[in-house]
Amino acid sequence: MLLMRDAIRFSWQALSANTTRTFLMLLAMSIGVGSVVILTALGEGARNYVTAEFSALGTNLVIIIPGRSETSGVNPGSMIGITERDLTIDDALALTRHPKVNRIAPLNIGAAEVAWQGRKREVSVMGTSYEFQKIRKWTMAQGKFLPNTDLNRGTSVCVIGTDLRNEIFGAHAALGQWIRIGDRRFRVIGILASEGESMGMDVGDTVIIPVASAQSLFNVPSLFRIFVEVKTRKAIPKVITFIKNTLRDRHQGVEDVTVITQDAVLATFDRILSALTYAVGGIAAISLFVAGILIMNVMLVTVSQRTSEIGLLKSLGASAKAILNLILIEAILLSSMGALIGLLLGQAGCWGIRSAFPDLPVYPPTWAILASITVALITGVLFSLLPAKKAAQLDPVEALSRR
Amino acid sequence: MIKLENIQRNFQVGDQTVHALDDINLTINDGEYVSVMGPSGSGKSTLLNLLGLLDSPSSGKYFLNEHNVTDLNENQQATTRNKNIGFVFQVFHLVPRLTAAENIELPLILAGIPEAIRKERVNKILDALDLLDRAHHKPQQLSGGQRQRVAIARATITEPSILLADEPTGNLDQKSGLNVIETLEQLNQKGITLIVVTHDAALGARSTRSIRMLDGRIESDTLEKNHVTDA
Repeated sequence: MLLMRDAIRFSWQALSANTTRTFLMLLAMSIGVGSVVILTALGEGARNYVTAEFSALGTNLVIIIPGRSETSGVNPGSMIGITERDLTIDDALALTRHPKVNRIAPLNIGAAEVAWQGRKREVSVMGTSYEFQKIRKWTMAQGKFLPNTDLNRGTSVCVIGTDLRNEIFGAHAALGQWIRIGDRRFRVIGILASEGESMGMDVGDTVIIPVASAQSLFNVPSLFRIFVEVKTRKAIPKVITFIKNTLRDRHQGVEDVTVITQDAVLATFDRILSALTYAVGGIAAISLFVAGILIMNVMLVTVSQRTSEIGLLKSLGASAKAILNLILIEAILLSSMGALIGLLLGQAGCWGIRSAFPDLPVYPPTWAILASITVALITGVLFSLLPAKKAAQLDPVEALSRR
Repeated sequence: MIKLENIQRNFQVGDQTVHALDDINLTINDGEYVSVMGPSGSGKSTLLNLLGLLDSPSSGKYFLNEHNVTDLNENQQATTRNKNIGFVFQVFHLVPRLTAAENIELPLILAGIPEAIRKERVNKILDALDLLDRAHHKPQQLSGGQRQRVAIARATITEPSILLADEPTGNLDQKSGLNVIETLEQLNQKGITLIVVTHDAALGARSTRSIRMLDGRIESDTLEKNHVTDA
């Protein structure tokens, strides 16, 4: 029987004798594998990026949004003629009664002009409380965050981001200065350390004031959000029930808030982005399949081109099985080399993307690497079975008479 | 020893049955030098393919060294071909991407013989056929005569008992054709059974036994008077 080592060498010689054909097949296979690797890496990178962004917010966080649902146009309240209640500071305070609630922070958001000695800048204004710093885990560059006082008291102090500080004060000392926000004056008591962008908001270009001050500044009685930090992850469902019950009682029996958890948001994004990864991986796998069909075509041409050679091998004593094995080994060599080159291409592509976008962790997942190599090998062998069978069944007399 | 009993080989062409071989009875002893001649379509190539187990009879029996080889399966026939039969073709049938030595090595590779033994045997036969300096040349770098000698080396590397040659000089000029024939005859003198199919009367006349075929039948089977065989 034909020795494996000799069979591989014979197939290798056949492949290297026809470089154009081999190159084209390797190209098709490696593009297929490479695109699976790059596309799944991109999907995974996006998923990991979003997950990391959310995790920075803290995972024991529950967020309360006024309105039954953020997107629905019609809610039960509007059907029976009851308008939504405002989400008030007192609502927020009522939530601190639960033993598992660690801390709460209300949030109001608006935009206003900030001015100091003739320098003006339009920035976003956040109205919140002492606890917000703890929840968002912000650090201070200078001074202190908002004081821990009665939430309903609007003191005239503010904390500013580094960008804003640089723009407005330049080389001057900012701490202790009085700045104008909208039509009121606030004293700067702290400067936030640079945090970069957080969930789409530029913290550096923000001014933070007590929530009561923000309400009167923008003249809105309702809060934009209430953040509730729960002591343990396990207690989250209980706290959510407590929040819903408390707020329903306070809002005349109407459940007019939406409670979302960091976990739920994260899980949703995770699901969406995982589905996306599988989808692009699947699309890329189609190109692998196409590569398999190409291999079948080229192997069929190979068999008819090498008909007389196959006839000769038979006359020299090669059995049908030996011929079948020789053609299959050729296909396996081709597809495994193609898969290997594709893997290198894919990793190089991922490296290139990482270099261009350092924030995005573009690494191919292990399952995608294994799956693409497996699919490459399987398609390579599967699509070569037909040509190999054809070669093995050639009639030697007829095969030898063809030139 | 080759023994054919009532061999029929029929081909279906349209709705007509062509008897390529019609009731052939033939015995060829070990070491004979047989030429098979006859016009095109007389069945001489079919006879050669059948003797080489590349083709199977429609009916009748073929005994090779007392074994009925008509009943062997495909795999066993392949092994028998590898061990007992060597082919030499008119168009050489060398694998173009392999060197002379690698072409000669092929039957040993197919038999699964270890590399060290293969190299030794290939070198021996290259030396015997005066091809040592051509060992690492590709077929297209060889002359026609050299190509056919490489093909003969390949056909005999497994030391078969039978060498089948189908128009071995058909693609060669007279000088290299003569050289090839002399090579084949030397092998025959060492004991191999040589069966040559040819159109060339001069070539046919060199053999010790000539078979003339016509329409699938053996028309004549004559021994040369100056040669002694026990047929």
